[in-house]
Amino acid sequence: MGAFESFSDFLAMGGHGLYVWLSFGLYAVLMLWLIIEPKMNLKKQVKEQFMKNRREQS
Amino acid sequence: MWKWIQKWGSPKLFYQMSFSWGFWFTLFAAVLISAGLVWGLVFSPADYQQGNSFRIIYIHVPSAMLAEVIYMTMASMGAISIIWKLKMASMVLRSIAPLGTVFAFIALATGAIWGKPTWGAWWVWDARITAMLILLFLYLGVIALYHVMENQQSADKSAAVLTLIGVVNIPIIKYSVEWWNTLHQPATFTLTEKPAMPPEMWIPLLMMAIGSYCFFLAQLLSRSRTEILVRERKSGWVREEIARLSGKGA
Repeated sequence: MGAFESFSDFLAMGGHGLYVWLSFGLYAVLMLWLIIEPKMNLKKQVKEQFMKNRREQS
Repeated sequence: MWKWIQKWGSPKLFYQMSFSWGFWFTLFAAVLISAGLVWGLVFSPADYQQGNSFRIIYIHVPSAMLAEVIYMTMASMGAISIIWKLKMASMVLRSIAPLGTVFAFIALATGAIWGKPTWGAWWVWDARITAMLILLFLYLGVIALYHVMENQQSADKSAAVLTLIGVVNIPIIKYSVEWWNTLHQPATFTLTEKPAMPPEMWIPLLMMAIGSYCFFLAQLLSRSRTEILVRERKSGWVREEIARLSGKGA
């Protein structure tokens, strides 16, 4: 598997597994949050504006 | 150039054009970042000095680059909003501040994690690291301004002024490794020299860097879109768009 002999070798990262996986884990979590949060914000804002517009019309 | 600014300076045109540009940037970002991550994590050879901990470079360097680029984008938007009173520029500035915060944080955190096995310490008060911490505080300062100031126009103005003052920090980050004798290693990429690593190490890094730029641009467009819907809520086309988006079950 690539530069590693086995999967457990890959996980161990030559003894640096903790540092490598901590970094990449943090990156993955924050990237996902960056992608998801704006979508939720858009929904929230659209809902709020929609309610406001409807109230103004009636 | 003028035509271009005029087009993107109009909230309505910005909103309309952002969809197709956003699609391509998202696509390139997804392909380049996932390929770069797999290549960097699995296939790149280990560094002969640092071993496998060097793989952190694949997220550390692109994130640090983005933290600076996003800041410079905010500062340019700040200048444009002050000089030409272009409201679109303020909207972009406001939309990308959280993005820059996250990348400055990733750069600092992964740097700390990388520092432990490499230098033997999580944190050192090195010139570049300290300047990066100041950058994080500048981002947080801009966000705080928007939370504290009720009046939109004065918040925009203060944020623009603060970002412009903070620009002095950017060359300090960039040249800190040359001006002072620091612990932080010098730049991996320069325009003039060939990288001091084999291609199977730097190609995935380049992919991550370009992918990160695309990610930033896609995020800039989609985040600004929401900001347009909020700030331009009184105009007719935004009302229609809100009605359309609500109908889609949003």
